[in-house]
Amino acid sequence: MARRSPRSLRSLRKAVLGVAGLLGFLLTWQLIPTLGIISPEYLPYATETLARLADDLRDLAFWRAVGQTMTSWAIGLTIASVAAIALGTVIGLIPFLRRATHTTVEFLRPIPSVALIPLAVLVYGIQMQAALVIIVFASFWQVFVQVLYGVADVDAVARDTARSFGLSRSSRVVNLVLPTALPYLMTGLRLAAAVALILAITAEMVIGNPGVGRLIALSGSAADWVGLYALVIVTGLLGLTINLLFRVIERRSLAWHQSVRGEEVL
Amino acid sequence: MTLYTGTVVTVRPKSRVWRSIGENALYALGLPFLLLVVWGVWSTISPQKFFPGPIEIIQAFVDTWIGPQFFVDVVPSLARLGLGIVLSIAIGITAGTVIGSIRWLRELLEPTLEFFRAIPPPVLIPVVVLLLGITDATKVIVIVSGAIWPILLNTIEGVRATDAVMTETARSFGITRWQRLRYLVLPAASPQIMAGVRQGLSVALILMVISEMFSSSSGLGYRITYFQRNYLIAEMWSGILLLGLIGVLLATIFGIVERRVLSWYHGIKEVERA
Amino acid sequence: MPDTLLQVEHLKKIYESSTGSVEAIGDISFSMRSGELVCIVGPSGCGKTTLLKCIAGLLNPTAGSVELDGRKVTAPPASMALVFQEYGRSLYPWLTVHGNVELPLKHKRLARAERERLIVDALEAVGLDHAAKSYPWQLSGGMQQRVAIARAVAYQPEVLIMDEPFAAVDAQTRADLEDLVRGLHRDRGMSILFVTHDIDESVYLGERVIVLSKSPTWVQEDLAIDLAPERDQITTRALPRFTELRTHVYEQIQRAKRGEAIRAAA
Repeated sequence: MARRSPRSLRSLRKAVLGVAGLLGFLLTWQLIPTLGIISPEYLPYATETLARLADDLRDLAFWRAVGQTMTSWAIGLTIASVAAIALGTVIGLIPFLRRATHTTVEFLRPIPSVALIPLAVLVYGIQMQAALVIIVFASFWQVFVQVLYGVADVDAVARDTARSFGLSRSSRVVNLVLPTALPYLMTGLRLAAAVALILAITAEMVIGNPGVGRLIALSGSAADWVGLYALVIVTGLLGLTINLLFRVIERRSLAWHQSVRGEEVL
Repeated sequence: MTLYTGTVVTVRPKSRVWRSIGENALYALGLPFLLLVVWGVWSTISPQKFFPGPIEIIQAFVDTWIGPQFFVDVVPSLARLGLGIVLSIAIGITAGTVIGSIRWLRELLEPTLEFFRAIPPPVLIPVVVLLLGITDATKVIVIVSGAIWPILLNTIEGVRATDAVMTETARSFGITRWQRLRYLVLPAASPQIMAGVRQGLSVALILMVISEMFSSSSGLGYRITYFQRNYLIAEMWSGILLLGLIGVLLATIFGIVERRVLSWYHGIKEVERA
Repeated sequence: MPDTLLQVEHLKKIYESSTGSVEAIGDISFSMRSGELVCIVGPSGCGKTTLLKCIAGLLNPTAGSVELDGRKVTAPPASMALVFQEYGRSLYPWLTVHGNVELPLKHKRLARAERERLIVDALEAVGLDHAAKSYPWQLSGGMQQRVAIARAVAYQPEVLIMDEPFAAVDAQTRADLEDLVRGLHRDRGMSILFVTHDIDESVYLGERVIVLSKSPTWVQEDLAIDLAPERDQITTRALPRFTELRTHVYEQIQRAKRGEAIRAAA
C-alpha cells in the first residue's frame, strides 16, 4: 500500500497537468478573439465552437456522416489488412519472392496515395469505391511492410531450437513465425488505422463522397466557420479514439512482448 | 586471454563475382520489367479508356513535364515541400527537445499535442486558408501544420526515454547540460526522431498535393486535377508517375540520411540479430 | 563397439561467403558411447558451435559424416535435444515456462496425462516446479537456463547437446547448474555432449574431455577423466588429480592456440 502511493500520486499529477494543459489551450483560444488578436470572424470563440459541437452531437445527419466515414474506414482497413497479411506472410517466408519483389515494393510504396485520387474519380465517380481505392492503397503498405519485416525477424537461435526439437514446417510457422511477427503486425495495423482515417476524410473532402470530410468542405464553401472548427475537433476526436482503441488491442495481444513491457516499466 | 584464431580464407574466383552481380540485377529489374510488359501487351490487346499503355504515358510524361512546365508547376511545388519539411524538422526537434527535457511542461502539453496529432492533417487546410488567405506561405504552413506533429511527439518521447545509466554516467563525468544534449540526449533519441521524420515526410507530400488540389491555380496537385477534369488521361497518369518519382526520391534521400545518422543503431541491431 | 551412440567421422565444414570461403572445421573424428558425459573444449573461435550444428543436423557438413545410433544425420534427428548458450533467445517469450517445456512434446503424440507428467517431472528435476505459470522473462538468467534444460529433459532425448550453456550466468549459479547437469547424468543416465571454453568446467563435468585445435579444427587430444563419479564442487576441485588434469588440458589449449600441435596423420 505504502509503496503504491507515490506511483499513483505521480499519475494523478500527470492527469491534473494534462487537463490543465487542455484547459489552458481552450482559454488561450478563447482569449485570442476576445483580445482582438485575430478577428472572431476568422477564429470563433472556443465557447461558441464547443456549443456548436454539442449541437452537432444531437444532430442525426451529423451521426450519419460519421457513420459513412467510419464505414469506408472500416471496409478499406479490412481489405488492406487481409491482403497485406496474406501477401506479406507468403512473400516474407519465401526468399525468392522477397528478392524478386523488393524493387517493385520500394517503388510503389512511396507513391503518395492522394496522387491516385484523380484516377479513382475517373473510374468510380463520386462513390465510396473511389475513396476505398485511396484508403486501401495507403493503408496496405503500412501493414505489408511490417508483416514482411516481422516474418523475417525470427531469431536464429529460436529457429534452431525449433528445428532441433523436430518441429515441422507448419508447426514452426504457427509456433514461431507468427508470434514473432505479431508485434510488427500490431504496429502496422495501428499505423494503417490512422492512415486509413486520414485518407477516408481526405477523399470525402476532395472527391465529395458523403461523410465528415464532405461536411468540412461544405462548411468551408458556405463560410460557416464555426461549423468548420467544430468539425475539425470532431475529426481529432475520431483520430484519438482510433489511436486509443488500437493501443489497447496492441497491449492486450502482446502482454508477453518486450517493447510493451518496457513501456510499462518506464 | 587473447582471442586469436587462424582462419583460412580463399578468395572467390572473379567469374562468380560477375555472376552474382548479374543475378542481383535480374532480381531487381525482373519483376518491374515483367509487369511493364504485361501492362503494355494488355493495353494494346484491349485498350482501356482510363488505363493507357506505358509507352503512351512515358510519351505524355516527356511532353508534359520536360520543358518550361517543369519550372512553372514542379519547381515551386518542390520548393514549398522542401521548405515545409525543413521548417517542420527544425521546429519539431527544437520544441520537442525543450518539452521532452522539462517534465512538468511535458505533462502539461502532451494530451493537447496528442490531440493535434490525431487530427487528419488535410482537415487543417481550410482552417489555415481561412486564417492566412491563399498565398505561397499558406501552403508551406499547411505542410508544417501537418508534418510537425509526428516529429514533435517522437522527439519528446525519445528525449524523455534517454537511458538513466547513460545520463548518470554523463553527470558523473561532469559533462555540461549543453554537451549532454548534444552528445547524449539527441543521439540517444535519434532512432525515435528519425521514425517521426519518416512519418512527417509522407504527411508533407500528401499535404503538398492536397493543398494544391484544393485552392490553387498552379502546382502538381492542381495540374493533375486539371488533366483529370479535361480527360487528358495519359497526361494525368504522367502526373501520378511524377508524384511517384518524387515519393521515391524523398524516400531515397531519407534512407541515405537515416543510414548516416543511425549507423550505430543499425549496427547494434545487426549484432543483436546475428 | 556395439553401444556407440554418436559417431563423428572426418567431419569438414567450409563456409562460403561473398568475400571468399572459410575453413571452419578441418577434420574431426570422435565417438561417444551411450550414457557418457563428454566435454569438448577448444580455444575461442575454434568452430565449436559449427561442430555442434553439424552434429545436430542444423548445418550440412562439407565432407564427412555424423551418425547417431548408426543412422546418418542429415536433418535434426528426433532423438536429440539442444540447450543453447543464449537462453533468452532460445526460450519463446510468448509462452509460459510450462508452454515452453510442452512445445516440443506436442508433436510426439503422447497422451495428455503422460505429457503433463513429463513436464512436471522435468520442472521438478531442475527445481522449477513452482514457476510453471511464469513467463521466462520474469525469471533470472540462471532460472531461464534451467527452463531450457527442463525442456530438453522432458523431451527424453537419447543424447543431450549443450552449447556453452553456462557462459552467460554468474559464477555461483554456474556451480549450481554444473551440479544439476552432473545429477541428470548420474540419476537419469542421460548421454550428454557438453561444449565449453572453460577448462575447469570440462574437467569437473566430463568423463572424457576432447580438446580441439584452433581453426581449421581437428581433435588434438581425447582425454579420459579418471575422477570418481560422485563429484563435489569443493572436494573434487581440491583433489591433486583434478589439478593435474586441468593443468594438462590447459597446456594442450595453450599449444592449440599457438598452433604448435602437429597432427599425427592427415
